[in-house]
Amino acid sequence: MSEDKDNERVRLISEEKYKYGFTTDVHTDVIERGLTEDTVRLISSKKNEPEWMLEFRLKAYRHWLTMPMPDWAHLDIPEIDFQSISYYADPTAGQTKEGPKSLEEIDPQVMKTFDKLGIPLEERLALSGGVAVDAVMDSVSVKTTFKKTLAEKGIIFCSIGEAVQNHPELVREYLGSVVNYRDNFYAALNSAVFSDGSFVYIPKGVRCPMELSTYFRINAKGTGQFERTLIVADDDSYVSYLEGCTAPMRDENQLHAAIVEIVVLDRAEVKYSTVQNWYPGDENGKGGVYNFVTKRGHLRGVNSKLSWTQVETGSAITWKYPSCILSGDGSQGEFYSVALTNNYQQADTGTKMIHLGKNTKSTIISKGISAGHSQNSYRGLVRVSEKADGARNYSQCDSLLLGDKCGAHTFPYMDIHNDTAVVEHEATTSKISEDQLFYCNQRGIPVEEAIGLIVNGYAKEVLNKLPMEFAVEAQRLLSVSLENTVG
Amino acid sequence: MLTIENLHANVGDKEILRGINLQVNPGEVHAIMGPNGSGKSTMSNVLVGHPGYTVTEGKVTFLGRDLLSLPAENRSHMGMFLSFQYPVEIPGVSMTNFMRTAINEKRKFLGQEPLSPSDFLKMVKAKRDLVKLDAKFMNRAVNEGFSGGEKKRNEIFQMAMLEQKLSILDETDSGLDIDALRIVAEGVNKLKTPETSVIVITHYQRLLDYIKPDIVHVLYHGRIIKTAGPELALELEERGYDWLIKEYEDSEK
Repeated sequence: MSEDKDNERVRLISEEKYKYGFTTDVHTDVIERGLTEDTVRLISSKKNEPEWMLEFRLKAYRHWLTMPMPDWAHLDIPEIDFQSISYYADPTAGQTKEGPKSLEEIDPQVMKTFDKLGIPLEERLALSGGVAVDAVMDSVSVKTTFKKTLAEKGIIFCSIGEAVQNHPELVREYLGSVVNYRDNFYAALNSAVFSDGSFVYIPKGVRCPMELSTYFRINAKGTGQFERTLIVADDDSYVSYLEGCTAPMRDENQLHAAIVEIVVLDRAEVKYSTVQNWYPGDENGKGGVYNFVTKRGHLRGVNSKLSWTQVETGSAITWKYPSCILSGDGSQGEFYSVALTNNYQQADTGTKMIHLGKNTKSTIISKGISAGHSQNSYRGLVRVSEKADGARNYSQCDSLLLGDKCGAHTFPYMDIHNDTAVVEHEATTSKISEDQLFYCNQRGIPVEEAIGLIVNGYAKEVLNKLPMEFAVEAQRLLSVSLENTVG
Repeated sequence: MLTIENLHANVGDKEILRGINLQVNPGEVHAIMGPNGSGKSTMSNVLVGHPGYTVTEGKVTFLGRDLLSLPAENRSHMGMFLSFQYPVEIPGVSMTNFMRTAINEKRKFLGQEPLSPSDFLKMVKAKRDLVKLDAKFMNRAVNEGFSGGEKKRNEIFQMAMLEQKLSILDETDSGLDIDALRIVAEGVNKLKTPETSVIVITHYQRLLDYIKPDIVHVLYHGRIIKTAGPELALELEERGYDWLIKEYEDSEK
């Protein structure tokens, strides 16, 4: 069969139906565009923050001014005018700020939005098995469910803004302790202007009885979202946390620059799962979210464990490396990733596993799927320090190509300073073959369903790591994101 | 069941089928034999709608419908099956998932509700036994790491699961040892009813010892040059194809 025909059949074009692309008409207080020291002060005062928090922001802002945008990733990032963005948008403006928000106080439009997204804000409607939700729209958390139930076990689950007010000692101790504001350009920016994300504290010996989750929704035009999430798992605790995100379809590019910090103490375990579905832009690459995110966990405790699982299907550009600093002896870090790019999407994603403690172990499983004209890169660092005796790493990076106009790239870095380390790396690149598709067709499975089946089979190892309800959603998302990709 | 009239087909610019005529009635077993490169596999691929082949002329009717206007998946839904010479591997996709998707696509086409999980499992059990595949095999990825014999048995298993009306076995005997060959052939024979038909494509008589054809055709250079009863296969086994080809070429002059 001719190569042309092959490509034609697996040609990946046409707009996928992004079913989260709607906009909510709700009165939103959007601050003036632009970023100066006054903007930082304004955000801090809107959030009624203590002085130390403002100082934290200002230090970060001043440092950010000295930094250039990073350009080392395999990404073609258009010039971003940071003065044309509004850094704070509050869809709850005009409502009471005090005390816990009751459902009645939430704008019905906002309620409807989360309903439509399948995120119930009423506890009785929660997903089976129980999932607590912190729902964030633009810069503000509009509702956190099951707070009381969780509080009975001593678990704190609230927006970061609320945590600054109610648990300042914890926030002061841990905020910025894993991702310093000097870490990188976007980390500095986030530290200066961050708004709501979630705060989680699991006390010693507590196993969190339900999944915790945060749902991020961008709604307002011309704004950026600067989520900040901090999770602290104290000794012998366990928590599974999920995040999801979507945004309206717009011609403009919107910036999402987040920081997620996780602290894992002795023998604690944290599972962090992401289903990232920001608006990816249209079939010509117009619009879409720029997703520039710093996620890092510090495994401070002995035998602590952190597992990152991500399914990345959205965003015009993704720049994201959820990482583990393995300080505690016997600590274990895991990174499981499926990154799908279609049309003109670009992704440069991967992880860093920094082995500092003895007998630390890390596992990296990365599955890239490139379609259309997209570019998809895995970038990963495995570093074993001099003192990290007995460190082990296993990395597997697979790429799947659909069509011949897309690119898949792998950038594995290894930096090994200890002779006892055992580091393994495997990489494969494959294409969905015409033979596989035809085999499915002959059994009665049409091309689109066949692609969905094959892609999900390829990603299964990672999808299996997601909590059940989300695995189903992620599978659906992988299929939908490749819809109409065949000529 | 199937009527092929003056079928011409190309791969790229090259004409491979040059006017095939064939009539298959319900309940019949046809064998298509012929030397390498005669167009046997092309014929089966064209019938099931492989996109790598272009039909340039002719007409094919399957169960009263114009077959060539249908996409491959609909041909399958209507009851056409190809047992592949080289079944492909689909990593990560379990046989269960694959088979359930296939069956439910067919049921959707026929306007039926999806099969319930318990009915599906019952069906799997029954059909598995036909070709002696063990229970674990449904959890394995489609054809991944299967032995040659397992792959071919898996083909017959799928044919059974889909309850197809016309099955084309493309060189199903290639790469099989005698025990595997027997299991596969027995499976095909057990599935045989007065309403179903089989086209066996093969080089050798061997498979035809187990799956008895009613009619034997010889394909050469894109045309059927001889049609006769099962005795023809035995004669070919003994004398080879050369005499037939010579006879044909002489008649063409």
